[in-house]
Amino acid sequence: MLSIKNLHVKLEEEDKQILKGVDLTVESGKVHAIMGPNGSGKSTLSYVLSGRDGYEVTEGEAVLEGQDILDMDPEERAAAGLFLAFQYPVEIPGVGNMTFLRTAVNAQRKARGEEEMSAADFLKLIREKAKALKIDADMLKRPVNVGFSGGEKKRNEILQMAMLEPKMCILDETDSGLDVDAMKLVAEGVNALRDAGRGFLVITHYQRLLDHIKPDVVHIMADGRIVKTGGPELALEVEENGYGDILAEVA
Amino acid sequence: MALAQAKIDLTEARLSRLEMPAGSSWAAEARQGAAARLRASGLPTRRDEYWKFTDPATLTAAEPPQAAIFEARDEAPLYDGIDRLKLVFVDGVFDAAASDDLTLEGVEIDLLADALAKDIHWAKDLYGVLETRGQDPVARPLAALNTAYATNGIVLRATGKVSKPINLIYLHNDVASDAILHHLVKIEEGAEVTVLESGPAAARFNKCMEIEVADGGTFHHVRAQGRDHERRAVTHMFSRISSGSTFKSFTLTANGVLTRNENIIEIVGDDAVAHVAGAALGDGARGAFHHDDTVFITHDAERCESRQVFKKVLRNRAEGVFQGKILVRQGAQKTDGYQISQALLLDEDSSFQAKPELEIYADDVICSHGSTTGAIDEDGLFYLRSRGVPEDKATDLLVLAFLAEAIEEIEDERLREDILLRLQQWLERRRG
Repeated sequence: MLSIKNLHVKLEEEDKQILKGVDLTVESGKVHAIMGPNGSGKSTLSYVLSGRDGYEVTEGEAVLEGQDILDMDPEERAAAGLFLAFQYPVEIPGVGNMTFLRTAVNAQRKARGEEEMSAADFLKLIREKAKALKIDADMLKRPVNVGFSGGEKKRNEILQMAMLEPKMCILDETDSGLDVDAMKLVAEGVNALRDAGRGFLVITHYQRLLDHIKPDVVHIMADGRIVKTGGPELALEVEENGYGDILAEVA
Repeated sequence: MALAQAKIDLTEARLSRLEMPAGSSWAAEARQGAAARLRASGLPTRRDEYWKFTDPATLTAAEPPQAAIFEARDEAPLYDGIDRLKLVFVDGVFDAAASDDLTLEGVEIDLLADALAKDIHWAKDLYGVLETRGQDPVARPLAALNTAYATNGIVLRATGKVSKPINLIYLHNDVASDAILHHLVKIEEGAEVTVLESGPAAARFNKCMEIEVADGGTFHHVRAQGRDHERRAVTHMFSRISSGSTFKSFTLTANGVLTRNENIIEIVGDDAVAHVAGAALGDGARGAFHHDDTVFITHDAERCESRQVFKKVLRNRAEGVFQGKILVRQGAQKTDGYQISQALLLDEDSSFQAKPELEIYADDVICSHGSTTGAIDEDGLFYLRSRGVPEDKATDLLVLAFLAEAIEEIEDERLREDILLRLQQWLERRRG
């Protein structure tokens, strides 16, 4: 599904290397988790994959279903099936949540040469998806993320993911700022989307999200590289002993 | 102070091309008075403080610069589908055949030319009266010129709740037209009327509207200044509103080499409300774009509310100007005044100049004002793009969001939707 090879990334504005050769392959139907201490480059990886400005790829590639995505605009990557659930979802005053989602869904369909979804079909679908995430009609009408609580913002991200049905989902610290109930709701939303044709990359600091979204593979990232890869037990090890032992072991 | 010779020459050169229309003795007197006001101040130049940010040279020139006719292709007329009384002016000339009958319940409508020819007409107490009041403390010579030389317009007196909006449609068919129109609106006690304006009007358009709102009266105004790229316009609205009355004016502007919209409102009765708003979309790619909103609101009564909401979206060397003033006179206690002017600059070549002013002589008032100039929100843009919305469409969404506060000032939902839809179409067409 997604194959990242030897990815080197520096900041555009300053001479600072953030990713120093990331190798990672996420297969269809699998959930991969990336854990790592602050500043290891986890969020940068998610931004670079989704096409945010400010980063320069100096080496390597990222291929999504056979297409190198690194030269694509963010909207092209989205249409190709990539989705990033933001750590800090952006507030957009004046743009209604529903208008935003319908524009996005139809823009992607158009980019893929598919027919646009009718207003009635869209409404039916979004009501159904919103209900499962306990998102009420008021939240759909309000401007995108404006005045939303931390939990509402994250649920709204998952709603977008459910509506856009991407092939490759990257979740950037989706658990940050969530209480236990909200985390369960978000995890249920993600689990509902788990599918043989879809890959997930879950970036998190803590193991607790992985209690709810069970990963197939866990990677530890440090200083811009994947330093260790293992099964779900690796996350438990981190939870118990912190990153210190693992980092010492690979140093 | 004696006027500079250059200013006298400029004024006389312009006047030499104008002919004062014939009319009754009172009308002739009003026109002569206006001509005297104009000669006393002279036509404006860039050196005048009030025209510091907008060069009036093409508005004052003896001959108007030509303006190509804009082809709107298959676009539906504005306010289409809204039941309204249509009055059509083509390059400033009333087109009776294209217009509806002037009869409508709750309102008397005449043409200005007819009203000014009559010995007795209610228009006598309004024509040039509010314009004269509006000359102090700042001279508005182009408005005086208008009163002196206006060829026509409508005079409208609402005596009840008028059942449908009155739409002044200004068509532009002549590349060299130079139109001067003057409208009078009188709203009697408790009466209510909505006036709509649409269209580019002329190569050069000088329009003046005087509006008197009696106690408890309501005036709604929605205007769309059309898309002819090369058109020029200077407009003045002079209003005086009384106790418990409501005045709401909204203007959408797209394109135009030069537009200066002045709104002068005097609140003379307690508990009155005055809102003025504007949304301007400027793109200098197909010729220049310069848009100037100049507002002067005087509070001279208690417990009144005024709002000024002006938003401009500028790109490709487009220029925006806002000069807005709230004057609170002594005794105008419990005044609630609000003013905001904002520009969204879509590139580094465009500019916005704002001069917000408050002058307050009462001690128990709330007045706030703000002005911002900013670029598009990059985080918002990326967020939209990351969901698959192409960059230009994402920009449009953010532009519409930016303009929303001004558009929301349109109270009537159908009109608001119509303006919003038009704005979306214009943005879409721009993308081709």
